[in-house]
Amino acid sequence: MRNAMRAGVFAAAFTLGTAGLAVAQQQSTFDAVKARGTVNCGVSTGVAGFSNPDSQGVWRGLDVDGCRAVAAALFGDASKVRFVGTTTQNRFPALQSGEVDVLVRTTTWTLAREASLGFLFTGVNFYDGQAFMVKRSLGVNSAKELDGATVCVQPGTTTELNLSDYFRTNRMSFRPVVIESVEEIRNAFISGRCDVYTNDSSSLASFRSTQGANAEQYVLLPEIISKEPLGPVVRKGDAKWFDLVRWVGFAQLAAEELGVTSANVDEMLKSQNPEIQRLLGVTGGLGEMLGLDNRWAYNVIKQVGNFEEMWERSITPMGVPRGINNLWTKGGLMYAPPVR
Amino acid sequence: MTPPPAEAATMGQASAAFVPAEERRPPSLSVGPIGWIRANLFNSWASTAVTLVLGYLIIRWTLGFLDWAVFNAVWSVPGTGQAVNTTACREMKGIGACWALIGEKYRFILFGLYPFDEQWRPAVCIAIFVGLYVVSAMRRFWRRELLFIWIAALTVIGILMWGGVFGLPYVEQERWGGLIITLILSTFGIALAFPLAIFVALGRRAHNLPAVKALCVVYIELIRGVPLISLLFMASVMFPLFLPEGMNIDKLLRAQIAIILFAAAYLAEVIRGGLQALPRGQYEAAEALGLSYWQKTGLIILPQALRMVIPPLVNTFIGMFKDTSLVLIIGIFDLLNAAKTSIIEPAWQGFGTEAYLAVAAIYFVFCFAMSKYSAGLETEFNRHRNR
Repeated sequence: MRNAMRAGVFAAAFTLGTAGLAVAQQQSTFDAVKARGTVNCGVSTGVAGFSNPDSQGVWRGLDVDGCRAVAAALFGDASKVRFVGTTTQNRFPALQSGEVDVLVRTTTWTLAREASLGFLFTGVNFYDGQAFMVKRSLGVNSAKELDGATVCVQPGTTTELNLSDYFRTNRMSFRPVVIESVEEIRNAFISGRCDVYTNDSSSLASFRSTQGANAEQYVLLPEIISKEPLGPVVRKGDAKWFDLVRWVGFAQLAAEELGVTSANVDEMLKSQNPEIQRLLGVTGGLGEMLGLDNRWAYNVIKQVGNFEEMWERSITPMGVPRGINNLWTKGGLMYAPPVR
Repeated sequence: MTPPPAEAATMGQASAAFVPAEERRPPSLSVGPIGWIRANLFNSWASTAVTLVLGYLIIRWTLGFLDWAVFNAVWSVPGTGQAVNTTACREMKGIGACWALIGEKYRFILFGLYPFDEQWRPAVCIAIFVGLYVVSAMRRFWRRELLFIWIAALTVIGILMWGGVFGLPYVEQERWGGLIITLILSTFGIALAFPLAIFVALGRRAHNLPAVKALCVVYIELIRGVPLISLLFMASVMFPLFLPEGMNIDKLLRAQIAIILFAAAYLAEVIRGGLQALPRGQYEAAEALGLSYWQKTGLIILPQALRMVIPPLVNTFIGMFKDTSLVLIIGIFDLLNAAKTSIIEPAWQGFGTEAYLAVAAIYFVFCFAMSKYSAGLETEFNRHRNR
């Protein structure tokens, strides 16, 4: 009942969103942000490794660092960000209404979100995918062997839909144990109420890493049953703003590829490598083309770091391996077009 | 009147030979603690059995809880911030509580995202709020001056929280959080909803003003017809879409307005109950004295009506105080949401019980104080009836 009502409110909100967009498009986001002096960035109120306030109330994570990088490129100061906590329910209206300029909130890139919500994904900062975790004692090595299993899953998510799709496709049956809270679902899995726990692989890996000495008891099965490319989102209608957010992400990847880090970026200014010279704005004048200072990427790398540094800071402590999120040169999917 | 022959015969025998009365045990103790226990806990076999079983369970659970919460608890762990090492807590999980979590996170739970070095400001504000409650609760301060005290205190709170003057750095509302958000939302929610509710309740009973009455009825029924969570969604999700870009009314303010409107509708119905319960004679007597409508309402009707509805009023207040935690669904860090967020960091995952217990204790202190105070107020106001 409550869900039905919620759905009604969202449907109405999304319809209205289109009307809101017409207004939003009249003003250029790029100029509005520049005049305001801060980037309004929509983040999650708490997803470990992506955006989460620490004990001192300072935002930390891969997503919030993405916001800081945009501010560093635009203003030369990574601290000029106003973080707006959003939930899964109000994240899209917050972006549509202009409450935030960019949404970096573990949001999956899909066709419908670009085509019908009026958004553009500027890239991918994390390739995720749904996976299965079982206890080692179960002796299962592949998701194909899970016929008849009890599966712990969160309700109302794409996770739940992917799960039933996967089992139907493979002609297997399962018994779902549906639990809303992550904390409870993990306890249910540990206590043996379900044989299998399914969620995004990053979340499963992070769960495993918090188990300390018990981590060996749990196995992540090799099958990844869905694609969840997560990335920053902006409103359609301001190509300049879109370019900025997109190329800040690419610049951080390019810096990793070229070995430019926050520690050595000052030395790298003297580098003879033309690619590094172009990236750091020594030659080429690429920043001006984006409407920025030529030192835009230098500021990003100096203050926030390259992509690897962001990863090491936020995701590595969660115990998630780099995997497909590695650079294309190291067997991953992270690939930045040439910065020239 | 002469006794019947049989009785006369017995009396005759008794007087003939002395037989000592059968020895009796003294009456069992029926007063004092032992008597109370005997009468209430052990007065029959069934009762004794229930007492023993429940007593055993209570003692076992209490000891178990003490073991977990005190004797086996982990009070601190090495390191802090990102470098914290919670292995000690993990090893004791399920056996002992990890109070180190509260030690590490209490400032986040109480003050949320507020800049760390400036957190004395919300701390002072919380103290001012509590001081305001205490002063307002004392009857000898119930004078016109109290209003000025409130205005002054709220101004100070505003200056402290926002800053930007007197050398205090500016802190935008997005960064407010923790207990202070809960106190702001509930204090303003109740303080502004209450007068609004009085007018709505009076309006609903204004039979000679059909338009006003209809408006009040529609307002009450509309607001009461939807859950608070959907009002918050409306305020947070739909309302901004109606505004042109660049014009954003703050999220906290929108939530606050939704809470005020919601609380007012419920309070209005409570107050209307009091108005209805008042005997017709009171209205007529006031009119007979030649009082105007506002004199009649302010001097005769409301004081009596409000006194009657103290229990449901406080019920609504306590409910509203706890309902403010629903703002977590629109991404505001109130007390409960801050506690939930404090256990998201990988190092602290899995210690939800400790965080929730700490927050429950804070909520309990406030709600229990409200409840106790209202009970006292009720006795005092209704003393004339018990005479």
